[in-house]
Amino acid sequence: MEEKFLMKGNEALAEAAIQAGCRHFFGYPITPQTELAAYMAKKMPKVGGTYLQAESELAAANMVLGAAGAGVRAMTSSSSPGISLKSEAISYMAGSDIPALIVNVQRGGPGLGGIQPSQSDYWQATRATGHGDFQILVFAPASVQEMVDLVGLAFDKGDEYRMPAMILADGMLGQMMEPVKFPEKSEQHLPDKPWACCGHQNKRKHNVLNSLFLSPSELENLIIERYKRYDIIKEKEQRWDEYMLDDSDIVLVAYGASARVSHTAVDMAREQGIKAGLLRPITLWPYPNKAFEKLKDTAKAFISVEMSMGQMVDDVRLAVECRKPVYFTGRTGGKIPNPNEVLKKITEVEGTL
Amino acid sequence: MSDLNFIERLERITVVCGHYGSGKTNFSLNLAMDMAKKNSSKNITLVDLDIVNPYFRSSDYRELLENSGIHVIAPKYAGTNLDTPALSAEIDSVFCNDDTNVIFDVGGDDAGAFALGRYSDKIKQEKYSFIYLVNRYRNLTSTPEASVEILGEIMCACGLMPSYIVNNSHLQWETTPETITDALSYGEKIADIVNVPLLCTTAPDFLKNREKLADLGLYYVKSIVRPPFYS
Repeated sequence: MEEKFLMKGNEALAEAAIQAGCRHFFGYPITPQTELAAYMAKKMPKVGGTYLQAESELAAANMVLGAAGAGVRAMTSSSSPGISLKSEAISYMAGSDIPALIVNVQRGGPGLGGIQPSQSDYWQATRATGHGDFQILVFAPASVQEMVDLVGLAFDKGDEYRMPAMILADGMLGQMMEPVKFPEKSEQHLPDKPWACCGHQNKRKHNVLNSLFLSPSELENLIIERYKRYDIIKEKEQRWDEYMLDDSDIVLVAYGASARVSHTAVDMAREQGIKAGLLRPITLWPYPNKAFEKLKDTAKAFISVEMSMGQMVDDVRLAVECRKPVYFTGRTGGKIPNPNEVLKKITEVEGTL
Repeated sequence: MSDLNFIERLERITVVCGHYGSGKTNFSLNLAMDMAKKNSSKNITLVDLDIVNPYFRSSDYRELLENSGIHVIAPKYAGTNLDTPALSAEIDSVFCNDDTNVIFDVGGDDAGAFALGRYSDKIKQEKYSFIYLVNRYRNLTSTPEASVEILGEIMCACGLMPSYIVNNSHLQWETTPETITDALSYGEKIADIVNVPLLCTTAPDFLKNREKLADLGLYYVKSIVRPPFYS
């Protein structure tokens, strides 16, 4: 597919996963990610893959654990309430060092919440996608094209570091359509997984994937080793995008659909002569702290723009290290801030400088 | 100039079906507003029959439509968190009210067309225009054959026969005159296979006055359905 096509975000995520070598999808329908599962149901049988609609989110996520433990590229997708149900298995995967892809097309919460777009699972994705000391990789696309580009990367990085990876999207990105281009198909070399439980054929010692350790010191050592890996990831894998940051006084920080709104708001502010810019995190864990290193001295204020009551704003504050004021603006419950609302906040903050 | 003569070929009831994401809602909105402009003495009713997908539906544009004098019938709780796949009883009123032209904006694929099947007996009692809208740049309908396969599924789901093909091939803001011309044969081929006339070919209105498209008699449509990122 070298040509451009119009695709919905949800479809693009599915097609990109198939093209990245994923042949095992386990899911359960939920708005607004259902097209992803529907696309998989249509396409997987045609490419020799497995699409399985499980009896529940819990079952689907544990099937991913099993399949990925056997060494294949496996994934599941859901929307906010479904991710909560899947979080137990995600913790088990992290505790057993099993890589897999989890897609969250966020909708309003808490509880059943709503079916319109939201970004209120930021804390869940970056702090606690389940119990225990662990992190998962979190990628935040802001366009349908970037959904395509990040799915393959998320699988690759998950395999490289042996940990679950998440695409944190939202209902707007999942449902909207944009022109996309898929990378030219190259010969795929999926990495060897000598740890996988895929049958020892009497040729090697059997592998064990397990998250249960009855000796506290054994468990402690394992977690400390895992955190050393996290340190390498924090050093090597921070990703972000910059727009008009070179001379900006006011830096908007936003990811996903909020970043699209903020991009427009930056243009509007510039037209009024306000030096605004946009810092767009692409990885939410590891958080792109490096992007702030210069900015926290050169910029005058930061505004976190989110579709939540303010969650990522905590990470912006940590990255800015109290050198400059950090503000928040956003909508929640399924509402998307419009560019004028963001512009209003920019002019308000401009007035305090 | 936009060629609007095709509107006169449409019967009182127009049904717009297609693969999801092919542009049915954007086309239906444009059609409703152009119908209202062309013949101000006739009432226009737009029925939002999309109970499959709660995003980007014609009922999201109710205000715009009502400002153009178009009556909108939408799922009762459309756009709220109570959104349920329930059809409004008011839809039945269009069958006993000859004063209004009706456009049914149907949900995508066979899943969307099942809701239309609920009304097929009533629709068949008079003449109707069933438009099958196609877009060559949707990845699952990029060949005429793939597109016709989906039409077959839609026909099975709704029990109605197609009257016209509308070629709505585009790539949003990346559409160039070549995007349109490269897809002309795609629309013709589908009309040929299905054996119904091609009603019209659309192009985004920002391509108006492009020399390469001058003699094609295109229907220029506004981009109304889009995400709220823009000012």
